[in-house]
Amino acid sequence: MRIVVDLNKCLGYAQCVPLAPDVLKLLGDEALAYDPNPDESQRQRVLRAAAACPVQAIIVETYTPAEGDPM
Amino acid sequence: MSAASLVAELVAAFRAEGRIVIVGASLAGLRAAEALRERGFRGKLTVIGDEPHEPYDRPPLSKQVLEGWVHPDHTRLPRRRAVNADWRLGVAATGLDRVNRQVLLANGDKVDYDRLLIATGVRARPWINPREAALEGVFTVRTCDDATRLQAALHAGPRRVLIIGSGFIGSEMASVCCKLGLPVTVTERADGPLVGALGGVIGDIAARMQRDAGVDLRTGVAVEALEADDGGHVRQARLSDGATLDVDVVVASLGSIRNVEWLEGAGLASGFWGVGCDAGCRAFDINGVVTDNIFVAGDIARAPHVLYEYQFISMEHWDNAVSGAQVAANNMINLETERCPHLPLPMFWSAQFGVNIKGVGVCSFGDEIVFTQGSPCERRFAAAYGRQGRIVGAVTFDHGKWLDYYSALIERSAPFPPPPPGYDQPAGATPIPARFPDPRVPTEIPTVVLTGHDPTTRGAEFRRRS
Repeated sequence: MRIVVDLNKCLGYAQCVPLAPDVLKLLGDEALAYDPNPDESQRQRVLRAAAACPVQAIIVETYTPAEGDPM
Repeated sequence: MSAASLVAELVAAFRAEGRIVIVGASLAGLRAAEALRERGFRGKLTVIGDEPHEPYDRPPLSKQVLEGWVHPDHTRLPRRRAVNADWRLGVAATGLDRVNRQVLLANGDKVDYDRLLIATGVRARPWINPREAALEGVFTVRTCDDATRLQAALHAGPRRVLIIGSGFIGSEMASVCCKLGLPVTVTERADGPLVGALGGVIGDIAARMQRDAGVDLRTGVAVEALEADDGGHVRQARLSDGATLDVDVVVASLGSIRNVEWLEGAGLASGFWGVGCDAGCRAFDINGVVTDNIFVAGDIARAPHVLYEYQFISMEHWDNAVSGAQVAANNMINLETERCPHLPLPMFWSAQFGVNIKGVGVCSFGDEIVFTQGSPCERRFAAAYGRQGRIVGAVTFDHGKWLDYYSALIERSAPFPPPPPGYDQPAGATPIPARFPDPRVPTEIPTVVLTGHDPTTRGAEFRRRS
């Protein structure tokens, strides 16, 4: 699955981090780093983390192009 | 039939059957394609990109990817909807024929358009000496492929990494090297890191941050030459102060060059600065006359900004690519009365040395700075930039939650120094000079001249500096 975090919006509340620690982590006190292409097994965790974000900065792919087809 | 209903019919026909070409298949190109479909464009859509990859996100390349946490191929951008476009990836646009409304491609193809979006962005400025830039072990980082190669080189355990230039990307890469336990030297011609974007006062803080993390930071110094071993691999760098460094990896982090070459001869206001456009993303021609069917978005766009004395400003910010693409898409398929302006408040971020640096506005437009909150010594603070008694920008180090407060002040050109936010104020906060580099230093910017002998033939042209 693909995600992107709008780091302009992200204010480092870190509500997401404990919900999907393999995908989202803090560098220092408030800089968020994330894996933009987490394993499918992380989906439920990522969706929960995205829902928990107070500023809704985590964008999860809502449309998946077919295999081998970037359309 | 009235003129108004005729026009409405033409617009409906264009939305149903028109041909839109987007040149540039990165963040701005993708988001524009999505926005066009979202807003009801059902005609033929073509997206042209010189890289073979589908659109991917660049910010992770200098951080998560180099660190080795994220695979370089894993930064493809999330999609928000199907765009049903004809994707022409891996083939560069090489020319624009405005008379026949065609984009010319490197493989000889010509793509017809009714409306065109220019979103070709920027590329990394390579090391100045082409022979040295081609040595093995010398890198720039802009693309996914660049990051793949540099990541492998960093993880092969080089004796020392040299980063030339300490803007945001160079500093982020130095931070990654520290994290990987690699000896790293950063050279910077200015007084300190981040000076171009944030001035010398913040540069001093960034310099301390780098040195505390173990970076061998050398300011006021230029790299004069890179020397290779017999196998053509870089091994040594000579600096302007006479020092030499034994290095196996060199990363040139010297800013960017706008991808405008393909527009040469097209008669647009394109050049060193990018492509000039109005606040509605419509491109200007070389004479400064607005075009009707060519639009610009992303890093390459340069538009007048009302907050900054209508100066033409280009912004290499993530947010600007997204919002510019959406405004351009809207304006491409609507009439004048439905068009909207692109008046972004610039926003940027950088994560380095465990600190979250965020900014709003155009800090370098200011000439004074004041620390308004927190503690500069502890690298947890907010600072505001001012010019002639008005706030024009703000930067925070690990104080991101206060950014909205400053954004609101900047948006209404509030007085500088700004009213205190009523919390966490440092003692004796008085404005001091922000110490930006002198803007009068000559650059390689080309000259524009007027041509023609009478008003009917009068026009403009660029003359390169030789």
